[in-house]
Amino acid sequence: MPIGIFAFLAALALIGAFGVILQSNPVHCVLALALVLMDLGVIFMGLGAVTVGFLQIVVYVGAIMVLFLFIIFLLNIQADPGAGLHLGLKLFGSIAAAAMAAEFAVIVVRTPKISQIRTLPVDFGTVAALARSLFTDYLVAFEVTSVLLLAAIVGAIALARRFAPPLMLVVPDPSRSTLATPPPDAPNAERKSA
Amino acid sequence: MTAELVIGAIKALVIVMLVLGLTTLMLWFERKGAALIQDRIGANRADIFGIGKRFGLPNFGIINTVLADPIKMFTKEDFVPDGADRFLHALAPFLALFPVLITFAVAPMGDILQVGSHTIDLQPANLNVGALYVLATIGIGVYGIALGGWASNNRWAMLGGIRASAQMISYEIAMSLAIIAVVVCYGTLDLQEMCRSQGGVWFGFLPRWGILLQPVSFVILLIAGMAESKRVPFDLPEGESELVAGYFTEYSGGKQAVFMMTDFAEVLLVSVLIVTFFFGGWQVPWLARDGFHFPGGTHLGLPNLVVALFEFVAFWVKVVIFCLFQILIRWTLPRFRYDQLMRLGWKGLVPLGLINLVVTAFVVVVAGG
Amino acid sequence: MTPISYYMALSAILFAIGVTGVLVRRNVIVMFLSIELMLNAVNLALVALGRRIGSMDGQVIVFFVMTVAAAEAAVGLAIILSMFRNRDTVNADELNLLHW
Repeated sequence: MPIGIFAFLAALALIGAFGVILQSNPVHCVLALALVLMDLGVIFMGLGAVTVGFLQIVVYVGAIMVLFLFIIFLLNIQADPGAGLHLGLKLFGSIAAAAMAAEFAVIVVRTPKISQIRTLPVDFGTVAALARSLFTDYLVAFEVTSVLLLAAIVGAIALARRFAPPLMLVVPDPSRSTLATPPPDAPNAERKSA
Repeated sequence: MTAELVIGAIKALVIVMLVLGLTTLMLWFERKGAALIQDRIGANRADIFGIGKRFGLPNFGIINTVLADPIKMFTKEDFVPDGADRFLHALAPFLALFPVLITFAVAPMGDILQVGSHTIDLQPANLNVGALYVLATIGIGVYGIALGGWASNNRWAMLGGIRASAQMISYEIAMSLAIIAVVVCYGTLDLQEMCRSQGGVWFGFLPRWGILLQPVSFVILLIAGMAESKRVPFDLPEGESELVAGYFTEYSGGKQAVFMMTDFAEVLLVSVLIVTFFFGGWQVPWLARDGFHFPGGTHLGLPNLVVALFEFVAFWVKVVIFCLFQILIRWTLPRFRYDQLMRLGWKGLVPLGLINLVVTAFVVVVAGG
Repeated sequence: MTPISYYMALSAILFAIGVTGVLVRRNVIVMFLSIELMLNAVNLALVALGRRIGSMDGQVIVFFVMTVAAAEAAVGLAIILSMFRNRDTVNADELNLLHW
């Protein structure tokens, strides 16, 4: 990918990422993360992983972020009021994260470089190549993942259920009714025998 | 290199112009078609200095729908409700329209066109994962609706927005299953390749169109597509009697025009998808790249330009026919209740789509060897 | 042609931003979003390295990470929903029943 395009996409990703952690309104955070995820999807496509890039957009942006939005709407979560609190936590948290980023930078710079393979297989990144890997080398992982998804669906439904109030199982007793006139049972008897 | 850029730009421009023009035309079809179906006259007043009357023509309402209404909508006051999120309120209509418009980039409008030494493939963007791209962009379309409802600071708008987005994501699954079954049947995700493989004939005279291979997928895609674009009979999120106007209650002027345009652009999109997958796309029966090959054996040779033109016109004629079909259904059927809608989506179309997919895969494996 | 180390650097910075989000923000949903950001930073690193050695394994692993992240998001949000129904808050400071 030409360096100019990468610079643009990286800048967009960083703006979105800072937007996620700095915005006070959670809906804005979700949208910023959706921007980052779309951006990463495009970077994946630039790296030759076309299928995974589009799957990122379908799964992450199209489904997971919409799920986050639904939860925010459902719980009616308003903007964060405590913007000035916990300054100590914010300061030390930022320093710790910056230290971790510096550590990563050292690791990346000091790793001995391997040369990049220039000639990729013709179908690199296509659906066929991905499917071939999935169904031969990674078949067990694939099957286990489908069971995991089933477990996640059942678990999410079980956690988020609201239980209906129990039905009334007590039959009202006509002999203890407080009506002035006793309930007429002669017409009922006629109807039952008819 | 520059020649390819120019050709690509021209193709993109052509399809954007065509889509926007057809969207406006759909608006007119809707109004006059509705009037025809409901046995009334419809819009027939607006005119420019009485030009139509001078020629003795009845007023078809085109000036009304195509000229007067858009001008009115775009010059109305654009207000943002008190306490609403201004940024999201402005962003939502465009987030709703943009994914629908960019999906047309993979619509194959024709086979190839030979211009001098260049062979132009009449598809604005030749992606080899075209069907996946369609699914991705349809998924993004949910954001505009959900945010439009939330950003209005109006609880009924938000309710309409939540209902609409829940409906959209439910029917997205049914659409995905229908599209995946078609992909398994043709063995490719590329829309242009799918159209090309729908050429040829069976038994000497029957065109090899997709609907004969995947009738169940056609039904699922039609129903799910109409539910996805929130057309009647699935338009409870916009139901006037229940929710005023649902998620676009608090929108006026240009932004409401953009939401309306999204509605008709999605009608066009569903028609394009159905025609591409099931009705041969740009394929004219018995027309190959070099001319007509009629079943009797007669061969009519045609130059490439005429063939390309035939195919281009055939594609858009088929698309317009399906748009008219959707408009017909809109003015014929009553509205679904929300739980009926959800039940149809999850308990009806999704199992049907899954069974169809399994049967298709089985048949493809057994027949393909 | 951008060197792969640039992609790794972007991945590391996104991961660090995600960690900052988890440490600094008190809203449980935004913390969850930062976790998703971290997962995606790792996805980027995997795809970049897969491209570098010319193997599809990177993309397959990313496929699985995406699936597991989707499952985790569903279950995690269901947990947040039940927490909200019980304690009526999504502020991590107020969810302190196990605090001493």
